[in-house]
Amino acid sequence: MNLRRDVFQAIADPTRRAILILVASQSMTAGAIAANFDTARPTVSKHLQILTECELLQPEQSGREIYYHLNSQKMKEIADFIEPFRKMWDDRFNKLEWVMKNYKSKK
Amino acid sequence: MELKTKIQAEEGRQELIITREFDLPVELLFKAYEDPEIVAQWMGTKVVQLENRKHGSWRFETSYAGQLVFAADGVILEFVPQEKITRTFEMENASFPVQLEFFEFEKLTEETSKLTMQIIFKSVAFRNKLLKMPFAQGLNMAHDRLQAIVNQQKTDKK
Repeated sequence: MNLRRDVFQAIADPTRRAILILVASQSMTAGAIAANFDTARPTVSKHLQILTECELLQPEQSGREIYYHLNSQKMKEIADFIEPFRKMWDDRFNKLEWVMKNYKSKK
Repeated sequence: MELKTKIQAEEGRQELIITREFDLPVELLFKAYEDPEIVAQWMGTKVVQLENRKHGSWRFETSYAGQLVFAADGVILEFVPQEKITRTFEMENASFPVQLEFFEFEKLTEETSKLTMQIIFKSVAFRNKLLKMPFAQGLNMAHDRLQAIVNQQKTDKK
């Protein structure tokens, strides 16, 4: 599925991850988000556009302003997606550590 | 709490970096990759071949309930004890191109060490495809094997 790859690439970028963390605490306007970065405003807008397209952020009109919310359901899907891979290695390495500790005590 | 095993997957890069700090001296960590019997124990696979030298070859086979479920092989390009192993990795009968893997072993203290595993893929798409493979099944199998080893040890003590 193409969408999933896009989501994956969206969160691989450090600035976009920082934006997600920022918006996680409270909904913010594009201007308020951009104020947190040294990056040029259009660059931040581009990041917001990508995050919105991947449904990680949801824009909501409030009067004249657009506030960005975090889509927590989508975030959970991503965590579920890379986590099994990390967990697989973590389990393997735990086992390696355990096997070698046993090996050392046997010597 | 900080995670012991970390995965780094930067956007648009055809590589993955897996890092892990071990509560083991670097000599023991390296041995876990060098000794075929030990590799078999923690990887839960049959080590058919493991020639630890430049231009040596390796092959692993994993069976589950009597069925061959996974096989991988490759060539060892660099082998420097306590320091590094560089090898190719290819899954047999899978639609994945060969991968290049760099293992770096680092001494942190007398009793601790760090492993950095860098995997280079043919393309970004293949890297992402690997990340999406169904690992859940593998996890269950790893758990079963661990249980089997623990049981075996209990029997040995009696």
